[in-house]
Amino acid sequence: MTVTARRPRRRAATASARAGGPILLVVPALLAVGFLAIPLLGLLEQASWRNLLHELAQPQVLVALRLSLVCSLGAVAISLLIGVPLAFLLARVEFPGRNLVRALTTLPMVLPPVVGGVALLLAFGRRGLAGQWLDRAFGITLPFTTAGAILAEAFVAMPFLVITTEAGLRAMDRRYEDAAATLGAGRWTTFRRVTLPLIAPSLGAGAALCWARALGEFGATITFAGNLPGTTQTMPLAVYLALENDLQAAIALSLVLLVVSLAVLIAMRDRWFPTA
Amino acid sequence: MLRSWIRSAAALAVVALVAAACGGNDSSSGGSSGSGSPTEIKVFAAASLTAAFNKIGQDYTAANPNTKVTFNFAGSQALATQIQQSAPADVFASADTTNMNKVRDLVGSPQNFASNLLEIIVAKGNPKAVKGLSDLSNPDLKVVLAAPDVPAGKYARQALDAQHVTVKPVSLEDNVKAVVTKVSLGEADAGIVYVTDVTAGSGKVEGVDIPNDQNVPATYPIATVKASSHQSQAQAFVDMVRSDQGQQVLKSFGFLPPPAS
Repeated sequence: MTVTARRPRRRAATASARAGGPILLVVPALLAVGFLAIPLLGLLEQASWRNLLHELAQPQVLVALRLSLVCSLGAVAISLLIGVPLAFLLARVEFPGRNLVRALTTLPMVLPPVVGGVALLLAFGRRGLAGQWLDRAFGITLPFTTAGAILAEAFVAMPFLVITTEAGLRAMDRRYEDAAATLGAGRWTTFRRVTLPLIAPSLGAGAALCWARALGEFGATITFAGNLPGTTQTMPLAVYLALENDLQAAIALSLVLLVVSLAVLIAMRDRWFPTA
Repeated sequence: MLRSWIRSAAALAVVALVAAACGGNDSSSGGSSGSGSPTEIKVFAAASLTAAFNKIGQDYTAANPNTKVTFNFAGSQALATQIQQSAPADVFASADTTNMNKVRDLVGSPQNFASNLLEIIVAKGNPKAVKGLSDLSNPDLKVVLAAPDVPAGKYARQALDAQHVTVKPVSLEDNVKAVVTKVSLGEADAGIVYVTDVTAGSGKVEGVDIPNDQNVPATYPIATVKASSHQSQAQAFVDMVRSDQGQQVLKSFGFLPPPAS
């Protein structure tokens, strides 16, 4: 036994190393899964399912829900309007300071949203850098308005669209565009018939990410736009304030946001988890 | 059915977590319970008490060098909810009796230690010439109030209702200090806060008095939290607030003595 065991032992050693590796991974991985999953279970466990519909039918809940939809879709619209052209420039045109512009564009993704809100106040507030001019020239003040809430959401969410679209444009095979041009298609036709369909998945994913981020925006919104039901009190603000006097309403609102997040995740699963 | 499933799933996850934690870090036992280290008490206090309590906290630590005081300043309604959710508070000081009553079962016997009056807060120089509560109904004026669950917001609404003044606020802030911020930044033209907030925010803002017969006095109760494991230190803080020294500090920040009962 001891004499002949040389070869099998080596094989056993590799096998145990193979088994040992996963255990080293499994323990922290289980911790990670638990850490991420338990809060969601807590939310589900505390929810009073019987009253859920009743809670969701409360007028202030419906108002917050509607406002959230308006603001988040508005933020996506702004992002598409000015963010997609920016993505094109970043992906296609060499210009001095391009990396700086890209870094600047990405900054709101890592900036604490409250800091974003303070910055927005100091820029677009009534006494702000651009805000005082807006106020004097057009009588426009953004804080405490729905437009302000949309702006705050767009500020935080647009980078997601820009980055995703730019990546899609870079990954795209440009020979199709060249072929279209060779066949006599103008720039607009090429863009519309070739480029757009090719980057549509990236654009869709970027818009979905942008929308989800806008929907969940809290810090910049409450700092810049304030909190008034029907005007600037979006779902996350309503959740935060409901928590202080009506836990069940806060849970009901949270569940809605959770469902929306899951829906985005499921819709995007092919893109984000292509092997699964 | 669903709930029991979730519960068992959660239990499983917790077991997995604990098992993982036990297996993972035997080395971390023995931690930080040094015997000489100072005790820390956490005082949950209404946002309007910020400046005054910071000073009292310094005095307290000067008198009790072994006890460190940490403050959690927020709207009283938020603090009451946190205490209901078992936040680690040792002392709770509320800007109204309503929120103290919300946690009645979780705290010792509350005692009133101060009162406060409302004041209209405007930008320095009062550019919009606000003279009193009735001016706040002017639609051209951007008025910010505290949310109705915040004591300052509730008192402000009582005062406005009593004068039959209808105000369309542009924002309902989560605590009274946020109202001060919005006015001092110039985003709002006026707000209703406590006299003490105007004192604390002097420089960029000023107050417009609300006559006594239109004012709604705020009463501040304080109590130790039953779940606290530092009862004597917590009680010492409450005593400090109610002592002559503490009352002197509160007075210097514009607070009035508690209503005689």
